[in-house]
Amino acid sequence: MAQWDLANADAVLVMGSNMAENHPIAFRFVMQAKEKGAVVMHADPRFTRTSALSDIHAPIRAGSDIAFLGGIIRYILENDLVFKEYAVRYANLATIIDENFIEAARNEGLFSGWNEEKHSYDFDTWQYQGMVIPSALAEHYLDTAESYSEMTKRLHEGPPPDDPTLQHPNCVYQILKRQYADYTPEMVERVTGCPKETFLKVAEALARNSGPDRTAAICYAVGWTHHTTGVQMIRAAAIVQTLLGNIGRPGGGILALRGHTSIQGSTDIPTLYNMLPGYLPQPNAFKPQARHFDQFLDDETIPTGWWHNFPKYITSLLRAWYGDSVGPENEWGYQWLPKIVGDHSQLAMTLAIDDGLIKGMFLLGQNPVIGGSNSKLVERGLGRLDWLVVRDTDEIESANFWRKGHLVQSAERRPEDIGTEIFLMPGELAGEKAGTFTNTHRLIQWHDRVVEGPGDSRSELWFVYHLAKRLKALYANSELERDRPIRNLTLDYRAEGPREEPRADDVLREINGYTWPEKKQVASFKELKADGSTACGCWLYSGVYPEDDDNRARSRIPDGPDGPGTHLGWAFAWPANRRTLYNRASADPDGKPWSERKRLVWWDEAEGKWQSPDEIDFEPEKPPHYRPDWDKKPEGMDALGGDEPFIMMPDGRSQIFSPSGLKDGPLPTHYEPVQSPVRNPLHAQQDSPVAKKWAREDNPLHALGDPRFPHVLTTYRLTEHHSGGTPTRGVPHTAELQPEGFAEIPPELARQIGVRNLDWIVLSTPRGEVETRALVTERLKPFEIDGRHIFQVGMPWHFGWEGYATGDIANVLTAVVGDANSSMHENKALTCDVRAGRIRRSRHRR
Amino acid sequence: MTVNRRTPGKRLRSFLRDWSLPRQMRGESHKGAAARSSASEQLRPRLEEADKVGTSICPYCAVGCAQLFYAKEGQLIHVEGDPRSPINQGTLCPKGAATFSLISNPDRLTKVKYRRPHGTEWEEVPLDWAMDRIAHLTKKTRDETFVETLPDGTQVNHTLSVASLGGATLDNEENYLIKKVFSGGLGMVWIENQARV
Repeated sequence: MAQWDLANADAVLVMGSNMAENHPIAFRFVMQAKEKGAVVMHADPRFTRTSALSDIHAPIRAGSDIAFLGGIIRYILENDLVFKEYAVRYANLATIIDENFIEAARNEGLFSGWNEEKHSYDFDTWQYQGMVIPSALAEHYLDTAESYSEMTKRLHEGPPPDDPTLQHPNCVYQILKRQYADYTPEMVERVTGCPKETFLKVAEALARNSGPDRTAAICYAVGWTHHTTGVQMIRAAAIVQTLLGNIGRPGGGILALRGHTSIQGSTDIPTLYNMLPGYLPQPNAFKPQARHFDQFLDDETIPTGWWHNFPKYITSLLRAWYGDSVGPENEWGYQWLPKIVGDHSQLAMTLAIDDGLIKGMFLLGQNPVIGGSNSKLVERGLGRLDWLVVRDTDEIESANFWRKGHLVQSAERRPEDIGTEIFLMPGELAGEKAGTFTNTHRLIQWHDRVVEGPGDSRSELWFVYHLAKRLKALYANSELERDRPIRNLTLDYRAEGPREEPRADDVLREINGYTWPEKKQVASFKELKADGSTACGCWLYSGVYPEDDDNRARSRIPDGPDGPGTHLGWAFAWPANRRTLYNRASADPDGKPWSERKRLVWWDEAEGKWQSPDEIDFEPEKPPHYRPDWDKKPEGMDALGGDEPFIMMPDGRSQIFSPSGLKDGPLPTHYEPVQSPVRNPLHAQQDSPVAKKWAREDNPLHALGDPRFPHVLTTYRLTEHHSGGTPTRGVPHTAELQPEGFAEIPPELARQIGVRNLDWIVLSTPRGEVETRALVTERLKPFEIDGRHIFQVGMPWHFGWEGYATGDIANVLTAVVGDANSSMHENKALTCDVRAGRIRRSRHRR
Repeated sequence: MTVNRRTPGKRLRSFLRDWSLPRQMRGESHKGAAARSSASEQLRPRLEEADKVGTSICPYCAVGCAQLFYAKEGQLIHVEGDPRSPINQGTLCPKGAATFSLISNPDRLTKVKYRRPHGTEWEEVPLDWAMDRIAHLTKKTRDETFVETLPDGTQVNHTLSVASLGGATLDNEENYLIKKVFSGGLGMVWIENQARV
């Protein structure tokens, strides 16, 4: 949802986020909603400014979010508060699941299909009865039979089996009731520590403010993603919002509050290992179907729904990258795309560097010594590289670890022992270079080049372009097949000025796509073809540059005070400038708005098309009563009815129950964090059975109940600092506002270890120790869990040894453990010890 | 400068008439005429000196606040929130408000620093030399570690020995070129950014 649409919500739940402090400008819209009468709620381990501005603060133990959200799901079901017409028609609530499916709640915390030998799930029992549902493209799983794509072909044959009366014992509704039966308010209190009265207030307010006339929104940030169960926390929120009918409607939805200016853009156009631009899959060597392009297309193309267009997007991408050197005769250059052979995410990378597999590395505006988990392990690895290129605006910790790092300070190594050849190169910032950022609600916004960066600083565009030019020259005479990709890679961007800066608008034109070979801009992804007659760098961004001189990302026309408030003239939102995704769901199955108050999209019978102040996220002229003709085995969008708004899904419906794409279950279930002081009160399975643990000597984890690490530790951010701290710790204004690291501890714990506010304390985990100042505060309430006092400790993770605002690195404490789906770490919930005093350190060598 | 030949009493009364505070204390609005004085009449907005203004986006979090960048003779002189933006309507948070300081920070790197293997100090090197050396090292490591096929014959065409980390602070166009050149051109698979941290 657009951030400004939060102002239209009747209730806002902020959870897994300290929105007032970390996204203060977006939080204005929550405050605007509150001024109009909305209920604002904050569920969080810490009492923060977000809590202070909320009507309700629900304190929860870090990592217990699924128990809380599962409790809300149960509350909605038990009190018959489901928005039934929405959830039955627009989601898979009535769909019948395989008869052998068993919920985790009935099976000691494991879903059916657990394969102890492989230590992973088989997904057969998670499917719709009699048919296989593939997931969105990039998440296709590996372990399926050869006939996977054959099985999904059955999607052509008819709609999924369902029971709209919701009585069938294996319909999703009944499964949900069984899975969450134990998540009573009493159990929520027992697991999360939140008083059940407070929990009930939140559940009641969310439900009361949902329905045809009202909508509720949920905002989250890395407080949800940084767990081994992070994906399922977000899934739980999606289930709540789908049951309540809050997706695709004004003031409704789930807003992910992301942390970096173009973190959304760098996910859409991914500098990520497992995807190609626009959420297309990076080929995987262990998928037999990925060996050849035709099989790859056959396997990855979902027969029904929008993703049926996949071949157009991947072929246009290959044309954009390799130009005329590819065609049907050489599989469009498909074999030139490197195949992945496992998890190549940052966590796995940390270990691969330390193990010597990775020998050369580029660090482009990232500071892993501060932001990476198990910081000493990161540092040790950087010292084992042959070469390292660091591009940033300042001398960051990841560049000078060899003279100021932990290993040198503790005299474990001398600089002379570290063989890494290091280049530290000055980078440019927005304002010194032109280009686009994509914000947290998919808005692609251009920034101009107003001044030049100082001295030898250059943009990353300049760096990669000129590096590629040099490499092309070095490989120019190679006859080797393996060097053909770099030799043939297109690099047709105009370079201007004495610095020969490549033009970002030329790159954006390629991202948008054009006809080949004429290079006439395409107006939208609907014009892309699978025959090589179009080239497109990222199909999802098509429309951002629809004419040669029309850069929509630079458009700056907001709606006036009396305008519709969709601001279609302000920049460009992917896809196709749609501001609210799945907005067909804002109208009822017949095409009428659910209510006048929540009107966004409606069917205009006279004109024969959908109308809206937004761009329609649906086929513009498909009538609400259209039904697929199953006798004709319909493909793509023809297989979705006029009342099925979730067009990226194979059945056009929101997945309350998710049959494919997740490695840890089709529904969320509460698992404890990998490092928790508490035994799982809900079932025997303690933590996620598929959590990535990478337990090894330099990444030790302790056993459950280890008395050495009795407290819960959570890491967090401050308003005045940014992530790894590079752009704030060295800037006088921000450094002065938050000049030094600290950790928050509750007064009860402070008394127990005998420290007062601002005394030195040492935090320790099996990975390491840090010293910092104690901020003794009641903001972190201790919890009573199963008769035990559990203290929570919080530490901001921005600090390091560079800049004006310094402090020990919180990530020295954290572990390389990750979510099975996303490989995201769990630095929001782990365990630690706290003692009074300081760490004895040898003096700095230099 | 003109010399005030009036008596001290007249000068005091003149000063008190000009001074805005007494008028504000009498209840006149500090936002209107009562804010004026002969000194304020002579103030000119700093932005008037700008010879260039551009649209920009805040470089910190992902909310996407719009900013206006003002420059004079190639130097940045001011950054402020863009009042037209439906996201921030001219406002900025403490980080966003420090954007000017971030860009104009005298401590910023301006030269390429080089640390040779086992070296104990940084050395300053020319940009061109660094680029040539990096291209050479990239090619060397790639060529030494490139894998065309797995033992079972599956084509992989990758190197597992060169990695790239970062992208969430960069432009979409930069991310695109990183992925295109490093993955599509060189066969690197270890390409990641801040999205998972």
